[in-house]
Amino acid sequence: MAVLGSINPILTAGLDGDRTWRLADYVSRGGYKSLRRIFADNLTPGDVIAEVKKSVLRGRGGAGFPTGLKWSFMPRALPGEKYLICNSDEGEPGTFKDRDLLSGNPHAVIEGMVIAAYAMGATRGYNYIHGEIWSLYERFEEALAEARAAGFVGQNILGSDFSFELFAHHGYGAYICGEETALLESIEGKKGQPRFKPPFPASFGLYGQPTTINNTETLASVPFILSMGGDAFLEAGKANNGGPKLFSVSGHVNRPGNYEVPMGTPFSTLLEMAGGVRGGRKLKAVIPGGSSAPVVPADLMMECTMDYDSIAKAGSMLGSGAVIVMDETTCMVRALERLSYFYYEESCGQCTPCREGTGWLYKIIHRIENGQGVPEDLETLQRLTGNIMGRTICALGDAASMPVQSFLKHFRDEFQYHIEHRQCLVPVDVQRAGSTFFTASA
Amino acid sequence: MLTPESLARIDREIAKYPVGQQQSAVMAALAIAQEAHGWLSPELIEEVAVYLGMPPVAALEVATFYNMYDLKPVGRYKLTVCTNLPCMLSGGVDALEYLQKKLGIGLDETTPDGRITLKQGECMGACGDAPVVLVNNRRMCASMTPAEIDRLLAELD
Ligand SMILES: Cc1cc2nc3c(=O)[nH]c(=O)nc-3n(C[C@H](O)[C@H](O)[C@H](O)COP(=O)(O)O)c2cc1C
Ligand code: SF4
Ligand code: FES
Repeated sequence: MAVLGSINPILTAGLDGDRTWRLADYVSRGGYKSLRRIFADNLTPGDVIAEVKKSVLRGRGGAGFPTGLKWSFMPRALPGEKYLICNSDEGEPGTFKDRDLLSGNPHAVIEGMVIAAYAMGATRGYNYIHGEIWSLYERFEEALAEARAAGFVGQNILGSDFSFELFAHHGYGAYICGEETALLESIEGKKGQPRFKPPFPASFGLYGQPTTINNTETLASVPFILSMGGDAFLEAGKANNGGPKLFSVSGHVNRPGNYEVPMGTPFSTLLEMAGGVRGGRKLKAVIPGGSSAPVVPADLMMECTMDYDSIAKAGSMLGSGAVIVMDETTCMVRALERLSYFYYEESCGQCTPCREGTGWLYKIIHRIENGQGVPEDLETLQRLTGNIMGRTICALGDAASMPVQSFLKHFRDEFQYHIEHRQCLVPVDVQRAGSTFFTASA
Repeated sequence: MLTPESLARIDREIAKYPVGQQQSAVMAALAIAQEAHGWLSPELIEEVAVYLGMPPVAALEVATFYNMYDLKPVGRYKLTVCTNLPCMLSGGVDALEYLQKKLGIGLDETTPDGRITLKQGECMGACGDAPVVLVNNRRMCASMTPAEIDRLLAELD
């Protein structure tokens, strides 16, 4: 289990050893009690939604939308199939928390899905799992088989008249399928190209039926909300930012990994838990919410707490909770070049501003990085992002633009230096030392 | 060309979806076909499409859209190295360069003996374990150092 540390853990409590993913182990940790309680205490779907609203659980997939509110959009009385999708297509660079939940606590995801399905009247569900983590796709299928055999999933769950069928679907290498409507297209067996919204999935989703999509961590939180109560879950975080959160800390730290801490934990504490900046070097910048979130300079970041509101105040986004740490060995032009290549490579190509724009962004940043930049390039980059943002079908266009805007805003001098001197401000051998690949002892 | 074993596996995938929605199994079916044959030839893609009752061009579109499908032959082992920013900060790019040097091949190339193909990948959701190398889309090797890479190469024959 790669959860390396925690403060008052809830989602990852008791995950020691390599059998925690088994049904028996989950049950011994109190698993499936929340589901049992629903039927024992005759909780109505409305009761469940009310509890989730009280918890102020906000979607962990990136947008932070209140989960209880989202669930209430589902037309639960409408006859016919309704779908619940778990988004485990974790592909936002820097994010690897859902992987560890699927690895150590898949039954919490399953129980959360069954409870969510009950609350929304969903009849069928799919967990869409990132293709690169194949062994966890297989593990999830095994966990599902256990849950089915024990009567937690399938027809007449725990002897009630509620039925919910659940299956696993795997991705095969397309970042855009993390976007909820692209994900639906993908399950339908098509290219993962996002749909226009409206109509929203709650009215026209998978196979045209009402559908709700939630992130893995969101759904894994649900059994705990019911067992500890919505109020206690909220208090485990901070006002307007309910609960604990898994943060994936990557990059230049001594102990990269996942950390479960209460929302509102100071960034400095999280950094300390991750062993501090690698080699005791100086912190330069942090991308606090996955590669799509604006970069935040070190000084500003050190004042933040890890929650939606504090990070937003610093001009960025908590996003998926992926904290990418960069120290003084980082060339910001090279860092942005790699990110821009990613968005260019992963644009689905449907909208002209995104398809052409991401190509241009990459081309220009690539040329600056390679000493071929011209002074007008910075203005051109700025103008290009303005022409992409808000003019595309899905948020990938914005996701590609925000890094560019924020890198230029906070590290403009490095870009100018590159253009004027045709080389990096940070010498190449210093950059190399940053990764420690060649110095790491085997 | 699809073996009875592959077809049985594809049938299990089809059963996950509502009646009439067997096209939903195309991603899994293509992955199963690729696993058995090493890569997806046009004939294989067409066979999958016919089996699922969908137009071959629709299956081809899917195979082209997702990065883990190989539409050209690859070596016995395909090594995909993540070089995205979080991994780059912890040696992802260095690991790829090390592999290129060691194998004497460039990106998207295969060693002359047909043993290894090298690819660059995007985030695999494993950034805390960087550098990561994915072997044949299935096995993820984490925290790769030069010595670990040497060991991995010695093991793949
Ligand atoms: C380009 C793009 C990629 C996304 N990738 C993911 C992802 O990997 N995982 C995820 O849960 N949500 C991702 N999202 C957000 C989803 O569209 C959706 O909002 C989310 O799954 C809803 O779940 P939540 O309300 O529980 O957060 C992505 C969005 C965009 C625009
Ligand atoms: S914004 Fe980009 S990724 Fe999103 S639908 Fe348009 S082209 Fe596709
Ligand atoms: S950036 Fe390499 S696995 Fe995430």
